[in-house]
Amino acid sequence: MKLLAIHWALIGIWALLTLASIVVFVVSKRSSKDMSELVQRTQSWWVMVAIFTVAFLVSQTISIIVFALISFLALKEYFSMIPTRRADRRVLFWAYLSIPVQYFWVYDHYYGMFAVFIPVYMFLFLPFASLLSQQTDGFLKSVGTLNWGLMLCVFSISHAAFLLILPATPESSAGGAGLLLFLIFLTQFNDVAQYTWGKLFGRRKIIPGVSPNKTWEGFLGGVATTFVLAMLIAPLVTPLDLAHAAAAGLLIAIAGFVGDVTVSALKRDLGVKDTGSLIPGHGGILDRIDSLTFTAPLFFHFIRYFYY
Amino acid sequence: MLQKAFYSFVKIAVLFLLGLNVRRKDLLPSKGPAIIVANHNSHLDTMVLMALMPLSRLKDIKPVAAADYFFSSPRKAWLSEHVLGIIPVERTSADKSVDPLEGCYEALAQDRVLILFPEGSRGKPEQMTDLKKGVSYLAERFPDAPVVPVFTHGLGKALPKGSFMLVPFFCDIFVGEPITWPGNRTQFMDSLKERFSQLSSEKNFASWE
Repeated sequence: MKLLAIHWALIGIWALLTLASIVVFVVSKRSSKDMSELVQRTQSWWVMVAIFTVAFLVSQTISIIVFALISFLALKEYFSMIPTRRADRRVLFWAYLSIPVQYFWVYDHYYGMFAVFIPVYMFLFLPFASLLSQQTDGFLKSVGTLNWGLMLCVFSISHAAFLLILPATPESSAGGAGLLLFLIFLTQFNDVAQYTWGKLFGRRKIIPGVSPNKTWEGFLGGVATTFVLAMLIAPLVTPLDLAHAAAAGLLIAIAGFVGDVTVSALKRDLGVKDTGSLIPGHGGILDRIDSLTFTAPLFFHFIRYFYY
Repeated sequence: MLQKAFYSFVKIAVLFLLGLNVRRKDLLPSKGPAIIVANHNSHLDTMVLMALMPLSRLKDIKPVAAADYFFSSPRKAWLSEHVLGIIPVERTSADKSVDPLEGCYEALAQDRVLILFPEGSRGKPEQMTDLKKGVSYLAERFPDAPVVPVFTHGLGKALPKGSFMLVPFFCDIFVGEPITWPGNRTQFMDSLKERFSQLSSEKNFASWE
């Protein structure tokens, strides 16, 4: 079997994870502080990278299903932590049902419907479904929060899956798979880079009212790291030229930060620390994909505008 | 066999459709005689508690449920007894000569684990009502059996009384420290109530009106 660029990229991710695990192991052995959360977090990374790699290598359809499952878990987490109305049980049910439908459009390569199904049809349908219960107390809040969750957890995330079905181009044989790998890797690496720069050099708080642990040093260090990495990786797995790769790096780094603090604002409003407890060391699934909810649609339209 | 197949299916459905956040799972009794006491919001309560137990031990775990509901027809009775593994309790018994808890005493004497819902009925979802005293008679008769309180939240949102449509929610299962027999029934009920109010205040639950 001939190894393609995409395989080398996956091998690179595993190598990086191995290296990171060794560093974490050594640091946790030497440090007198309790590092169990960091160790747990690293272990969870192995599981997530493994799931992603398997889905990626087996088939495109499996990968689409995995993203649909991620949307389902994220939406379930969202609905479980926000105030909901008894009268809206049926509405929540419809919202869940929109997940297989939305991902079917991805599978079907039906871009026109994919782009409007949630922001137009579900947007109009959910309030209608809600008013059928004839309980108007809290109606506005309910349709507002339900639609927002659907946009965040289903519509946004489905853009990552849609990247996958973009065809190969003359500039890049890796096609959609390469673009998806580029997006996911940079988004997640950006999170880790911002966290690490912040831990090492963080002094000046960037937005203390929302996220007291985020600093300017972490943010700028992360942006710079992602910016450089984007330019290094882009020629391997994407059709992006150097200027576009640089722009994509900045876009992912900044949008990722905004996605992260947006979910932080939501958590602060609800008075919870984590969105759930699904991923040991990380919190809930929304804690892990918060950046992706912003980077996926933005990067998708960036690519679509310039290359497809 | 049938019971194992049924609960394997339930386990998968519970994990995938609901998703559980279990705190202190290790406090669940691993052997009988023991009594698990939980608040009651939904038919899912029993399913979830059973799903938390290893399949190999299911035959020794007995949910206690209302005879007038689960044994109301021969078909229901057969399913309740052989598939769900339920011990029936008469909620409204005209015959005062038979102790309604007789089946429970027997099961505890055989080193089984009982699952009990002392609220008596599912009631309004996610609202706890007063605890019935039946459980204190069991604890008195078997003072060495640990009574483990389990507080659940979210199951009443997923499948409340009167609904057949399951809506997925993550559910919280908080297991508390076992209560040992304090010497009299009033004290026992008080410490049980106390334990539940502690468990239910461990987290700020999203409102559900």
